Amino acid sequence: MTEPLIFELSSPGRKAYSLPALDVPEVPLTELIPEPYLRKTPAQLPELSEPDVVRHFTHLSKLNYSIDSGFYPLGSCTMKYNPKINEVAVSQPGWKDIHPLQAQSTVQGALRLMVELQELLAAISGMDAFTLQPAAGAHGELTGLFIIQAYHRARGEMRDQIIAPNSSHGTNPASAAMIGAQLVTVGTDERGRVNIEELRSLVNERTAALMLTNPSTLGLFEEDVVEMADIVHRAGGLMYYDGANMNAIMGVARPGDMGFDVVHLNLHKTFTTPHGGGGPGAGPVGVKQFLAGYLPVPVPTRRDGVYILDADRPESIGKVRSFYGNFGMLVRAFTYIRRMGSDGLGQVSRDAVLAANYVRARLNDLYPQAYPGTNMHEVVLSGRGLREHGVRTLDLAKRLMDYGFHSPTVYFPLIVDEALMIEPTETENKDTLDAFVDAMRAIAAEAEVNPEVVTSAPHSAPVGRLDEARAARKPNLRWRPGGDQEPAQVPPAGEEKPLGV
Amino acid sequence: MAGDYPDDLRYTTSDEWVRREGDEMVSGITSFAAEQLGDVVYLQLPESGNHYDAGQTYGEIESVKAVSDLYFPLAGTVAAANADLDQNPGLVNEEPYGLGWMLRFRPDNPGDYDSLLSAQDYEQSTKDRH
Amino acid sequence: MSYLPHTPEERDEMLRAIGVESVDDLFSNVPEGLRSGPLPIPQGISEMEVLRLLQSLASENLNLDTHPGFLGGGAYHHYIPAAVGAITGRSEFYTSYTPYQAEVSQGTLQAMYEYQTMVAELTGLDISNASLYDAATAITEACTIAINQTRRERVAVLGGLNPEYRKVIETYMHAQDFEVLDIPETWTLDPADLEAALDDTIAGVIVQSPNFWGALERMPQLTDAAHAHGALVIVVGNPLSYALLTPPGEYSADVAVGCGQPFGIPLSYGGPYLGIMATRAGLERRLPGRIAGETVDNTGKRGFVLTLQAREQHIRREKATSNICTNHQLMALAATVYLSLMGKQGIRDLANQCVQRAHYAAGRLVEIPGFSLAFEAPFFNEFTLRAPVPAAEVNRFLLSRGIVGGVDLGTVSGDMGDCLLLAFTEMNSRQQIDDLVTTLHQLQPQTAAEFVAGATGGAS
Repeated sequence: MTEPLIFELSSPGRKAYSLPALDVPEVPLTELIPEPYLRKTPAQLPELSEPDVVRHFTHLSKLNYSIDSGFYPLGSCTMKYNPKINEVAVSQPGWKDIHPLQAQSTVQGALRLMVELQELLAAISGMDAFTLQPAAGAHGELTGLFIIQAYHRARGEMRDQIIAPNSSHGTNPASAAMIGAQLVTVGTDERGRVNIEELRSLVNERTAALMLTNPSTLGLFEEDVVEMADIVHRAGGLMYYDGANMNAIMGVARPGDMGFDVVHLNLHKTFTTPHGGGGPGAGPVGVKQFLAGYLPVPVPTRRDGVYILDADRPESIGKVRSFYGNFGMLVRAFTYIRRMGSDGLGQVSRDAVLAANYVRARLNDLYPQAYPGTNMHEVVLSGRGLREHGVRTLDLAKRLMDYGFHSPTVYFPLIVDEALMIEPTETENKDTLDAFVDAMRAIAAEAEVNPEVVTSAPHSAPVGRLDEARAARKPNLRWRPGGDQEPAQVPPAGEEKPLGV
Repeated sequence: MAGDYPDDLRYTTSDEWVRREGDEMVSGITSFAAEQLGDVVYLQLPESGNHYDAGQTYGEIESVKAVSDLYFPLAGTVAAANADLDQNPGLVNEEPYGLGWMLRFRPDNPGDYDSLLSAQDYEQSTKDRH
Repeated sequence: MSYLPHTPEERDEMLRAIGVESVDDLFSNVPEGLRSGPLPIPQGISEMEVLRLLQSLASENLNLDTHPGFLGGGAYHHYIPAAVGAITGRSEFYTSYTPYQAEVSQGTLQAMYEYQTMVAELTGLDISNASLYDAATAITEACTIAINQTRRERVAVLGGLNPEYRKVIETYMHAQDFEVLDIPETWTLDPADLEAALDDTIAGVIVQSPNFWGALERMPQLTDAAHAHGALVIVVGNPLSYALLTPPGEYSADVAVGCGQPFGIPLSYGGPYLGIMATRAGLERRLPGRIAGETVDNTGKRGFVLTLQAREQHIRREKATSNICTNHQLMALAATVYLSLMGKQGIRDLANQCVQRAHYAAGRLVEIPGFSLAFEAPFFNEFTLRAPVPAAEVNRFLLSRGIVGGVDLGTVSGDMGDCLLLAFTEMNSRQQIDDLVTTLHQLQPQTAAEFVAGATGGAS
């Protein structure tokens, strides 16, 4: 079951477009723009009729797994149901067809929505002020680190170390590198919590911040978080909260009450904006009052009953993207938060934690929990028991597809051997959870008696297991006209000399 | 191939092997390291003439799922890097001690060779890490 | 509750399986002192009520569906064919996850590969990634490519870069103590002046064309000047313009970045948009973000995967090419469907319409006494108009007549208070343009003075 490339379906002269008649007098192009500025050969875009285009992309869509078709137990990704009302709400012309440079008096509804969303997120997380600019979680992290850096610099301190646990998301160290900071890794103790004694030994006058996910990527609540905050604060550092796992604690505990100074939230995880096959997301950042001046400009705010974009903020880190944020995602998240409200969001976290513990209880005899105990909204198990049959966690992931499920997050966190990180979310019913558990148990049985069926999976996906090594060794990153499939040339990055030298 | 550590080679704890060939030495990564990495897809190797200290990073090796630094086994000067790996990085997985070699180098002090691990000692060190 | 399926009986069953009495027991690891109690936000409301709330808020905005407008400056009001929404609205696309599990994500991966091909074709470059957040952040990523590639620590920016983008570069470069050299220009830059402004410490030169004011730069010559100093050339541009204008690959630029919003993506008050990035061959291992590549499955059948992943943060962590994780895939899909619908000829026809309408408007507008074009350089669909009164007043006057004017350049540059940046697309009919001209005729200096006096006097 494969679909030709759209270029292979093209036939010269076919058209899918219609433009209004050109009702202004047409002047030859070269009289308007001199020849040297003009393109010599047209871009080789495909030529198809509208039904052919629609059919092609409809065929492609059917090769995808999606939330509307099934269960994604992906740890740390919070793949919950995306309510349809979000999409209807955002499709109003009053949201879609407004230009970012319109006079502020003409977009009062948009500014009001942003101000109210900032307030809602602040209340949910226990922070004082929010920016909605960051386009994604990693972008939020970077924005948060810009703020932390600006704060230290303003105090005349050159703090260049960011501490993160060895269970942290890969974006944490990568974001630290983007502010020129050095990453210092703190280990995990035997309970799966940050090793607090080690933390104590790592903080010093170079510590800019501790980046923490709570609950951690192991699905465990960091019980000593207040003490950790105290250790970091005493050393002059700040506390950064990676909000990837916020779905566990709404209405239970707030990062702002735990001692965190900067927080990012993922609207595409906790607040049901769709993942879109990999984006767009939104990663708003919240801060405590003493950092509010550093938020990126402009800041939507209310003044004398009017909503404005306040750009007059001398301490601000500046802008982190064009315009004001992934506005369409903000409308969806606002819709969801108002729809659910205080009672609804509280129940979300309770049900998310219930589901994850249920899955753990039903699986941890076959797939041992990395750090035993009650978990929060996700649980990290290990597939190491399959190895004696020659079956790896990756094989399990692929075999789950044959049972109609997406794989859990595998091989992360890095500190767990053959990690299986499972986050069921609150929107999956018990029947689905049971069916998933049954599939996991069935695969464990298959691994013993018929490992080949697992190691050669998937068998019922649109394609068989794909050769990733081949793709990376001889990168073919684009189609070429005329079937000339010459792979891109990839000279070693370090070998090439700067141009003109 | 795991557990396959030829006796006529010496090893480092960072998973390099070294073979003495006259005045020069040849080095690569062990079958254990190659298996840990998985399918190797790309290597960044140094130019001839570069000098490195023992344990210094001289390049990078990428697999589909991981990336790792390469460490110079003994202080010395690069005589040649294996150009075949450019087109065929999978040789590292297929023949880690043969066609998958990475470096030919001239050691500063050939006697340093004797300070490297024997096959038995290296094998023991991998067991501690499994 | 609508999205929460468990019945009380099911909750009890699950608790029994876990071996605890109540859900509260599952939170026993959260210290008492940290318990916050219910969230201090309003209680939930029904779907009907929330829709009414959102409709009511949306109606407080003046939208370009009902009002003619001439705003550009990085975001353009184009028609979006119905088929684009029909595809991006398929839940198989918009509710799917990042295609790490390739075997069940072939739809997204193949669309990515098709997107990369189209971007490479449009820009004339070899390789495109699967998209970034927006043009501004794409430029900062391009700066990182240049800095890493040349091992130099300064980037040069021409004055014609969109000031939104310029500010974002400042934030990113400042954090890493990289220096930004501003090269001023008057509407366009003479390549000799660029040559003179550069030295061999510059990693990359960022040039926008059509630039922020709408003028086309002499790109081949500017590129040669930058290359002469060993700097990479980072071209920023409206990708729609490449349908007709010389694309960056044709004059050997190193990196092309831009905003793909004109390709089937709604204005949506500034986002989500589409960050486009393409490079020449040889820079692919420095590319940030996701990239799809072709391969085969275990039976030899063609398939697609995310590839060169060792560049990325989830593997390389602090040594990654970027911290970026997301690509704006749904926006990239919209652009792919849009470009498939427009096709080889349609995209040229569309670009031509924009050019024709903009030039018709320019010709009519300069007939109004006191109005003139700010520059003589050629332009695409956008140009700067000098007005006899402050641009802010022009915009206010137009708005009082139900027309959304242009970008008041006084808001970005103190000495351009009389300059208005106007953009034209296929959405601006001759009637709209004629109405704009007729209305501005009414803003004769005297009328304008009265209007200004009236406005400042509080009457309207």
